[in-house]
Amino acid sequence: MEEKTKVITKPKVEVILEEEERKRLKEMPLWRVRLYLTWREIRNNWRLFSENKIGLLGLGIIIFYAIMAIAHPILMKWVWDPNIYDPIVGYSYDEVLQPAPPSFRHILGTDPLGRDVLSQLMYSTRSEFALGILAAIITVTIGTTVGAVAAYFGGIIDTLLMRLADLIIMLPFVTILIVLSALFKMNLIILAIVIGILSGFGGTGIVIKSQALTIKVRAYIEAAKVSGGSNWHIIFRHIIPNLMPLSFLYMMFSVTSAIFSEAVLSFFGLLNIRMSWGLMIHTAQTAGYLLNPKTWWLIVPAGLSITLLCSAFYLVGRALDEIVNPRLRKR
Amino acid sequence: MLRYVLRRLGQIVITLFVFLTLVYFLLEAQPGDYAQTFLSNPKLTKEQREALKAQFGLDRPLWERYLRYMGSLLKGNLGISFEHYPRSVVSVIAERAPRTILLFLTAQILSFLLGFSAGKVLAWRRGQAFEYVLTIGGVTLYTVFTPWFGLMMIWIFAYILHLFPVGKFVTPTLWRGAPVDANYVFIRILLSAFVASLALFLVLLATRRLNLALRRGLRGAGVLIILAGLLAYWLPSGITRYALDILYHLILPVMTLTLINFAGMMLLTRNSMLETMREDFVMAARAKGLPDGVIRDKHVARNAMLPVITSFIFSIAFVLDGGVITETVFSWPGMGLTLLEAAVAQDIPMVMGGLVFTGTLALLGHLVADMTYAYLDPRIRYT
Repeated sequence: MEEKTKVITKPKVEVILEEEERKRLKEMPLWRVRLYLTWREIRNNWRLFSENKIGLLGLGIIIFYAIMAIAHPILMKWVWDPNIYDPIVGYSYDEVLQPAPPSFRHILGTDPLGRDVLSQLMYSTRSEFALGILAAIITVTIGTTVGAVAAYFGGIIDTLLMRLADLIIMLPFVTILIVLSALFKMNLIILAIVIGILSGFGGTGIVIKSQALTIKVRAYIEAAKVSGGSNWHIIFRHIIPNLMPLSFLYMMFSVTSAIFSEAVLSFFGLLNIRMSWGLMIHTAQTAGYLLNPKTWWLIVPAGLSITLLCSAFYLVGRALDEIVNPRLRKR
Repeated sequence: MLRYVLRRLGQIVITLFVFLTLVYFLLEAQPGDYAQTFLSNPKLTKEQREALKAQFGLDRPLWERYLRYMGSLLKGNLGISFEHYPRSVVSVIAERAPRTILLFLTAQILSFLLGFSAGKVLAWRRGQAFEYVLTIGGVTLYTVFTPWFGLMMIWIFAYILHLFPVGKFVTPTLWRGAPVDANYVFIRILLSAFVASLALFLVLLATRRLNLALRRGLRGAGVLIILAGLLAYWLPSGITRYALDILYHLILPVMTLTLINFAGMMLLTRNSMLETMREDFVMAARAKGLPDGVIRDKHVARNAMLPVITSFIFSIAFVLDGGVITETVFSWPGMGLTLLEAAVAQDIPMVMGGLVFTGTLALLGHLVADMTYAYLDPRIRYT
């Protein structure tokens, strides 16, 4: 019963609000109207998002790791002695045997080279975030542009871009990355660019194009064309802004795949980087501690962190999916 | 339909050609060559390295090597592996591929069955605590760091519980006096699994339209006959204990892979189910007063199955992708491990061979997926 009354009364309230709003908005300058509408949309979307407990859990995990990333330089500067706690060149002189089990001084123990595991874990968080977000931005920029251009122009441009996308999604993604990084020197930035290009011209581009096709036939695109808007003006001012929600959603999934790929590659020791979660496991492996449950602190924290951060971004992506894609909503 | 298939086959050949050309030049663009890996080996003189280069044809100009490679590829010859010298790439693939196929096919089929049933229930029980637990568990498994998860499985099941072997695919002591090699057994396991599932499928298809009691009886009898046939083949053959040894080594990797892959299937089924549940025919089925289980299994799940099946076929085509990671962790000497070793050792012909294998498989997978889709959904017709 309660549900029903809610459904009936809700629209009425909104209609009244909208009339009042419209009057107020008319008196404001344009930029304030835009700002206000954006703010209102963010607030509405946050309300939808916060209903989703699973999405909130993901956001919580992301914030937890973000705090870890920020805390590391602070701890290094004021609390931890750089000679002992440096994630790369530190050595813990106070332990007799390396790797040392967790203790009060080293909460997660030390690795076979005498370095503090917690410090390594926190130091790597920063680069994982940087890699994930950089790869996601490249992916989405390319994907959105490719999708919008292919949908808007159609014809030969569409055919070429989509055949290229078909070719890319047929490639085994992880295998290609492994082959590339085995044969070339790769660092985090190059890896982010490669992941961004592969997934932006590939799967993400296809999904965004199918959405762009539905936007292309809307009336306001016709209106923009009639009033003399150039092709690029229409693409960047009318089509791409409307693709933004979907692009943002795919950013989350790209972060997951980027962090995962980096972890796999550095697990195999194929990346040219100083420290990362995958590399921590690789270090344990090369030192011969991989198959030994007794030295769990060498592998479990790093492996768990990769898993948790990947699934956190994925969970947030799924929650956003329910906002962007109304067919999946509960009501 | 036939015209469509032929056109797609033509496209596949072109795509494969473009893909191989791209990969070939990419691999050639890497610094150094195979002979360089011996640079630090003091036993090899400069002359010997030059001789090695000439032997592998690495002293020829790039375009000549490319044309030669493509020419011999047309004849089905993938060249000779540098690392496994003097074996040809084709023979290495023929040796390793059955192992990968057996491992991944088993895991994929299991995860499909599990994931589809779990996804059905998940969509049906929307909003219950059960859904949250299964979704979070599913997403965690779906995005789990595969090497780490494999290690955890080895720790738990092989080290602490001592249930399964740690890695590798055979027990060397058992195989010392074996009359046949491992691949002989592998291929027979694969063949009998294929024949058995084909027979099972035919039995299910033949009894589809019968009434309930008769159907159950016939299906039970069919399963029994298939099992009896398998036993009749394997028991007198004398290699059963070797086959069992392989299967014993197979359990842990299959379990790991199934757990990882089933989550993806489950989440996909759930989304597809939720979309199908809004269709009018579901409401009609409810209005008719059909039992809940019938609506779920016969009306919603059947229609929601399409994207899941497509993704299942795709995932078979991508066995090598997951294979590199899983096979490394379980030291399962299949295609993935071979490809990784070849890439690290700059064994270009082997890397190319692995990519030809996986590329062909992926392209054929796409074609099969499209055709299955058209077969299962009468609304889609290709002309």
